[in-house]
Amino acid sequence: MVLNNFLILSAFLFCTGIYGVMARRNAVLVLMSVELILNAVNINLIAFSAFHHEISGQIFALFVITIAAAEVGVGLAIVLLMYRNFRSVDLDRADQLKG
Amino acid sequence: MLLAASSEHTYVVQTVAFWIIAIAMAGAAIGVVRTNNVVHAALYLVVVLAGAAAQYILLVAEFVAWVQVLVYIGAIVILFLFGIMLTRAPMKPEGSLDNDQRWPAAVAAVFILGVLVMLLVDAFGAKHIAVGNLSPASGSSTVLGNSIFNGYLIPFEIVSLLLLAALVGAVVLAKKD
Repeated sequence: MVLNNFLILSAFLFCTGIYGVMARRNAVLVLMSVELILNAVNINLIAFSAFHHEISGQIFALFVITIAAAEVGVGLAIVLLMYRNFRSVDLDRADQLKG
Repeated sequence: MLLAASSEHTYVVQTVAFWIIAIAMAGAAIGVVRTNNVVHAALYLVVVLAGAAAQYILLVAEFVAWVQVLVYIGAIVILFLFGIMLTRAPMKPEGSLDNDQRWPAAVAAVFILGVLVMLLVDAFGAKHIAVGNLSPASGSSTVLGNSIFNGYLIPFEIVSLLLLAALVGAVVLAKKD
């Protein structure tokens, strides 16, 4: 298989995730877009793992999956806290640090 | 001759499978960032994650594919659905789920995609992954387990510590005072 197919798919997912992080207002949807970005990274790691016949790419992908799980756990706890304080998950309302 | 023909056949099948899965993933990814229903976004995310697992299987990374299914589809998406439920996000939103940066964000994303694709085409051209040379065992849990516990033991333990810290942190954050 052509290596670039996988890399370009991964680049596409990465850019979709970037768009989602920038354009979404709902905090849960922003976290989902972050998951898209992490998946793009994983596809890259696995593709290069197969390309170089080297196992470490797959191990890194496992670590990324673990860290993604931790990130979603803490992220959703923060979103719940935000909902409790603001009665909404609209990120545009979390602007108290604005000067 | 027979072997060559059959490997040619495998190559075509793999490429066709890649494109079918890739197109489904791309459409679902756009669904995640464009839909106006939060639950639909979570379901589109399932399609993207399952597609990624299928790509891992195409790349002979069997164990990672199953971990992806178990952890992402089994745990993370459920967490997302709980998050949607607990924050009572509107099913039919009065306002849009997007902010007013939609067009700058689209321009930035397309620009980054263009730069990345140019770079990738320039750097890797038509290089091939020799999937046929990969042994079916190269993605098995035996190989990965041996490698983790021989060469990556300390990172593994640090990650388990990180998970513990994240668990405690999530409980502390979400606890009612």
